[in-house]
Amino acid sequence: MSIVFYILATLTIAGALAAVLLKNTVHCALALTVAFAGLAMLFLELDAQFAGLAQILVYIGAVAILVVFAILLTKGSETPKDGVFSRTWLAGLAIAAAVFAVLGWAVIQTANLLPNSAPTPTVTVQQIGQALVGRYVLPLEIVAVLLTAAMIGAVIIAMHEKDGAPK
Amino acid sequence: MTPLAGYLLVAALLFSIGLAGALTRRNAILVLIGIELMLNAANLNLIAFWRYGPHPEALTGMMFAIFSIAVAAAEAAVGLGLVIQIHRHAKTTDLDQMNRMKG
Repeated sequence: MSIVFYILATLTIAGALAAVLLKNTVHCALALTVAFAGLAMLFLELDAQFAGLAQILVYIGAVAILVVFAILLTKGSETPKDGVFSRTWLAGLAIAAAVFAVLGWAVIQTANLLPNSAPTPTVTVQQIGQALVGRYVLPLEIVAVLLTAAMIGAVIIAMHEKDGAPK
Repeated sequence: MTPLAGYLLVAALLFSIGLAGALTRRNAILVLIGIELMLNAANLNLIAFWRYGPHPEALTGMMFAIFSIAVAAAEAAVGLGLVIQIHRHAKTTDLDQMNRMKG
């Protein structure tokens, strides 16, 4: 385990914790960006350059900005008077802790069976591109249709209804 | 501890943090943030297993993660559009106050 992994893991976990715990919603969105950046660097540490850079482009470049826009459009940056956590927060926390206990137990129990080290894979972007239009061309086309449908759907859902227009 | 076990533990912790956020926050946008964290934890698992798996040159885990990123982006766009529309309708994003299906 390298020191770089520990630094990146700490950064990612700290960003995620801050995104979930902070009171101000805009601060949560910015902490989420830190968590996404840490994850992108973890991908790069795992020799997945294409996935890491796609993560930076899609999550930091698009999703985080979208979240900030949504917060500002819904006046979500105002801290509500009766707290930021729901009435059933204790049950939610217990469920999350139980899920982590099960996942962590499973990983620790099988840690000896996991491969210790693997040779660094040499994957070029050319190979990824050829795989995308070769073996994975059907999923690629389906994702293209899905993204188009999601974009049109999001615009139609968020489109402003004019007064008197039929609903 | 092997490197793969370390990555899996980080992903499990990230998933649990996202789940806790999705289950405990009142603001609908923060619930979406929690869901995004859970999706990212799954992506980290996919990439880690691809890196330490027997055939990384087959690119299966990497492709799964890339398609997962694309689907998550579509989910975020539609989800935030829904939140904006609900805020326009109900004047709130507090999930505790959204307890009626009928507008």
